[in-house]
Amino acid sequence: MKRKFSLILIVSVFFFTGCATTQQRLLDSESSQVQLRSIQTRAFDTTDKEKTLRTVMSTLQDLGFVLDKADATLGTVSATKLKGYALRMTVTVRPRGETQLLVRANAQYNVRPVTDPEPYQQFFTSLEKAMFLTAHQAD
Amino acid sequence: MKKVLALFLVSIFLVTGCQTIPKDALTLSPESLAERQMQTRKYETKDEAKILAACAGLLQDMGFNIDESETKMGLITSSKMRSAENAGQIAGAILIALLGGGATPVDKEQKMRACVVTRPTGEQESYVAVRVTFQRIVWNTQGHVTKSESIIDPSVYQEFFDKLSKAIFLEGQEI
Repeated sequence: MKRKFSLILIVSVFFFTGCATTQQRLLDSESSQVQLRSIQTRAFDTTDKEKTLRTVMSTLQDLGFVLDKADATLGTVSATKLKGYALRMTVTVRPRGETQLLVRANAQYNVRPVTDPEPYQQFFTSLEKAMFLTAHQAD
Repeated sequence: MKKVLALFLVSIFLVTGCQTIPKDALTLSPESLAERQMQTRKYETKDEAKILAACAGLLQDMGFNIDESETKMGLITSSKMRSAENAGQIAGAILIALLGGGATPVDKEQKMRACVVTRPTGEQESYVAVRVTFQRIVWNTQGHVTKSESIIDPSVYQEFFDKLSKAIFLEGQEI
């Protein structure tokens, strides 16, 4: 009886986890590059990269993240939220043309990439609010 | 045999329990404003780097090691490993062992992280706002994560800022 259960256990583990190869996991090849970029990216009508990065940092803090690192030159910020789960986010800011900045975010939830549009939409909604606030303060 | 069955069920949950991101993970919670206020203090100065240096000194006072820093963005992240043993849990485990329940894993160690972000604020940017956030991950004697959480205890932040005010003063006096 015990052996039977162990067998079921082993088989089930193989069955459930044996679907993705290391290459697929390493390169996340199953997701569409173009679609992912459109989900994860927004443009903002500002050219102040440093201020945008600082706003990103305070938005992440408002959302309960603790920052891991930031690089002003490269324009990246990484942060982790722990709330019984581990949600890790990296946000990059880079110029787009003469008048805009592109903000891109990507997230992983525990051991999975976040590929749903909704969480990103929520993040950008929070960021929009903070950018708006910042703009007001500068006036 | 019951153990194996339990293991089996747990493994199914772990593997198929479809780890989708909680709906509220990236939305501002109603508490977020109150938390921001609790975690933030303003200091009247234009010298952001000086405040950041005082924060680095304070984190060292508290036994944290600096992991990353970016002065241009006003960021310091730091961490420390500490024991997570607590008497109540150990007493409980001993009691269970005495009753023949076998060895119960108890919390063993924790990684505590602190992150400081400074930001010029006010009309003429004549203030520097300092926001500190803490979180921790706890592992038990079997090496499993038992807790991963933000630390939301007002007295922690109160004490931090009391000490920061002192550190800023000390550094002003070059002590």
